[in-house]
Amino acid sequence: MASFQLNINGEQQSVDVDPSTPLLWVLRDHLSLKGTKYGCGIAQCGACTVHMNGTAIRSCSFPVSAVGNQPITTIEGLSENGDHPVQKAWLELDVAQCGYCQPGQIMSAAALLKANPNPSDQEIESSMNGNLCRCGTYVRIKAAVKKAATY
Amino acid sequence: MTVIKSKVNRRSFLKSSALAGGGLMISFSWLAACAPKEAAGLEMPDEWFDLNGFLKVGNNGVVTIMAPNPEFGQNVTTSLPMIIADELDVDWKNVLVEQAKFNTDIFTRQFAGGSQSVRQGWQNGLREAGAAARYMLVAAAAKEWGVSAGEIKTENGLLSHYNGKSAGYGEMASLAVGIEIPEDLALKTPADYKIIGTPRKNVKGKDIVTGKPMFGIDYEEEGMLTAMIIHPPAFGMRLKSFDGTAAKGMNGIKDVFTIQSFPNDQPRGYFSTDAFTDLVVVTGNSTWEVMQAKKAVQVQWEKSPATKITTGGFGRTQEVTVPAGLESSTDHYEQMQSVASKPGRIERRDGDPEAAFKRAAKVIERSYTAPFLAHNAMEPMNFFASVNGNDFKLAGPLQAPEMAEQAVATRFGVPLENIDIKMTRMGGGFGRRAYDHYVVEAALISQKAKAPIKLVYTREDDMTNGIYRPSYHATYRAALDEDNNLIAFHAKAGGVPESPLHANRFPAGAVDNYLAESWQIDSNITIGAFRAPRSNFIAGAEQSFLDEVAEAAGKDPIEFRLDLLKRAKENPVGERNDYEADRYAGILELVRDKSNWGQAEAGISRGVSAYFCHNSYVAHVLDVEMVNGEPKVKRVTCAVDCGIVINPLAATNMVEGAVVDGIGNSMYSHLTFRQGATEQTNFDKYRIIRHREAPESIDVHFIQNEIAPTGLGEPPFPPVFAAVANALYKATGKRQYNQPYMVQQQISLG
Ligand code: FES
Ligand code: FES
Repeated sequence: MASFQLNINGEQQSVDVDPSTPLLWVLRDHLSLKGTKYGCGIAQCGACTVHMNGTAIRSCSFPVSAVGNQPITTIEGLSENGDHPVQKAWLELDVAQCGYCQPGQIMSAAALLKANPNPSDQEIESSMNGNLCRCGTYVRIKAAVKKAATY
Repeated sequence: MTVIKSKVNRRSFLKSSALAGGGLMISFSWLAACAPKEAAGLEMPDEWFDLNGFLKVGNNGVVTIMAPNPEFGQNVTTSLPMIIADELDVDWKNVLVEQAKFNTDIFTRQFAGGSQSVRQGWQNGLREAGAAARYMLVAAAAKEWGVSAGEIKTENGLLSHYNGKSAGYGEMASLAVGIEIPEDLALKTPADYKIIGTPRKNVKGKDIVTGKPMFGIDYEEEGMLTAMIIHPPAFGMRLKSFDGTAAKGMNGIKDVFTIQSFPNDQPRGYFSTDAFTDLVVVTGNSTWEVMQAKKAVQVQWEKSPATKITTGGFGRTQEVTVPAGLESSTDHYEQMQSVASKPGRIERRDGDPEAAFKRAAKVIERSYTAPFLAHNAMEPMNFFASVNGNDFKLAGPLQAPEMAEQAVATRFGVPLENIDIKMTRMGGGFGRRAYDHYVVEAALISQKAKAPIKLVYTREDDMTNGIYRPSYHATYRAALDEDNNLIAFHAKAGGVPESPLHANRFPAGAVDNYLAESWQIDSNITIGAFRAPRSNFIAGAEQSFLDEVAEAAGKDPIEFRLDLLKRAKENPVGERNDYEADRYAGILELVRDKSNWGQAEAGISRGVSAYFCHNSYVAHVLDVEMVNGEPKVKRVTCAVDCGIVINPLAATNMVEGAVVDGIGNSMYSHLTFRQGATEQTNFDKYRIIRHREAPESIDVHFIQNEIAPTGLGEPPFPPVFAAVANALYKATGKRQYNQPYMVQQQISLG
């Protein structure tokens, strides 16, 4: 066990966990931030996507000991009132089915648009390809990413 | 307003009205985070008045409607309350939706599966619930104003009389409580619908995009432990012994012990299938700690002998022998090929098929196969249980709470009223969450741990401890005469361990000489419902075969089907034909028109397919383009007849999802076995369709009619498989017989 000071959604948090603990489980089990989802645990589905320094990472495969003081943003901290352009576009196009993959999809999309405010279809496909949606909402997700780019 | 008289079960409404006041609707504090208040931006009333178990009206006119059925992405949380709200005649803006608790006193069929939520909700009380409450509000106003109820109009939550009096529903709500409702209730006709048939966004949309805790895996309670199971590494194996000493000494670990889900001598229900009965359990403080401790448990496994179990589904108690052995997919395919070459069990026979095949000018015979599939809902299996003596508090994602309650009652020998089930949103289900073993497992663990626990499966547990879609095989034969008329049709289908045959489906009824046979091969691999059970394979085989027969007959594949449907309509063969030829033809005509069928487009190859199952009709035209030698699905045009469309926005989303799912499963997904173990254990090896493989656009069209609505979770899925196969054939010149089409190392019949 070791103590870690983390900067999560702009707040300092302190947790006492085994250094090998993936950030995902620190968020979910120790900080009660349940929006970040577990889907595979091996960086294959994207359900656990969060931002570190503004870039998308798979929190299931990122040990808490490697976070240091780099700021982490989770779906809960993406916007004040759920009004990030990506969230707005997701609501506008009624993207979700079961909704389980969507926090991860939204975090990936938000990171993509930050780095590339006007992505092409191919760019959307390749940077979102690691985010699985078992319900098959891909067509809507792509349209929502494009819509968010116009806000 | 034109009215339809409807017989209402008054007793059930009165009962539900009485119960509704009894505090049954109080939501758990866990749900406070997703209280509908902020999301809807509505003023909350000071007081609520329960008019019946389905809805309550606030003194300010805000209405809360219960979403009775479990939600797994089919969007019944929005569409079922829409049906109630329309009959209530309230403004949708003033409606809050709450997930109902599992409660058989108030609700019927709180079940997610079989594409039945909308269909049965429509038939069994949702409209009446709205109409009954409206009746009560009108009666209250009539009494208050001293006028006759027949003179009062309602509109968008307002009551008014021509003498100028008017009031909001909220003002009359307290007076409406307890008003007797009549035997006959007036229901709206389609012309009067204001909410039904209009696009309405998912009422939980905001909770989803802001990551609110709403899924079973998010559920927690004070003092809750995390529990995980260790199950045998292969089907055909069982637990011999274990040593949990090392694991118990690890940080955060509470205990290591065993449970037995269903004793073999206890009859189990229809949904109480389980892959492995004796399990090792690890409990601890947090997920990661328990995951690590699992690896430290020393477990000895042994080969399981053939085992007898008793199933008691739907009152039919039956002894079933689960065979011994470590099975492999290569053996399954050989066995299937061999059994398929022998006569099967005749399920239907029309005319004289043998004679017709003898005199045929042309006979076409083709065989099709499909692998096992894992459901792989994005949310891994999990369930919460807090067992206190004889009190069972259960919460989590499940499709069949009524069966789960029964399973727990049987397993523990407690009455149903001791069991309280809370339904959380499900991160997908696809049939997997209809099975209740994990609910029983959670309860057993809580009982043994003497603490509230949440059982969580890792993805690997989820994929390797499955209740899979079976592996299937079908052989079709068609006989054409000199004029290329289809004179005989023969379907023979089977699988490991069940047959996918639907003997009375198209083209049965359209061919004079018809034969349908089935067979199956025993297996110890557990199988169960998977989105559109059996249809999810047989539709693909049948519709691929019909494409090939149409080609052999020199006919356009849509015209070929329409000719057969015309025959089935005008002069059907046999009486048990499981489809309406008119509606079937209707979707084919619609998809033909909407897709501009027959107009060539450079670089585009198209396939068509149509199917009827789970009460709805769906046809797809799928366009494939070859990009760098790889097929890419560009566009899919869909025609759907599901009667009245409650919520076109959600219905379109559902069809799109089923199309993507069908492309994924037909082209990429498969689960294979070697020595009883699955060769895929996570998403590194198990292929699920990804962004890049999804179509560019999906264009969904609905037949407009006033037929009572039917479901959409399943029907758009089965016809995709053949639309893909038929388009791939046009693109590559190669017919597809073995799923998944894009996997080169697939096990095939060679
Ligand atoms: S849970 Fe992290 S990528 Fe799947
Ligand atoms: S919406 Fe269900 S997994 Fe994506």
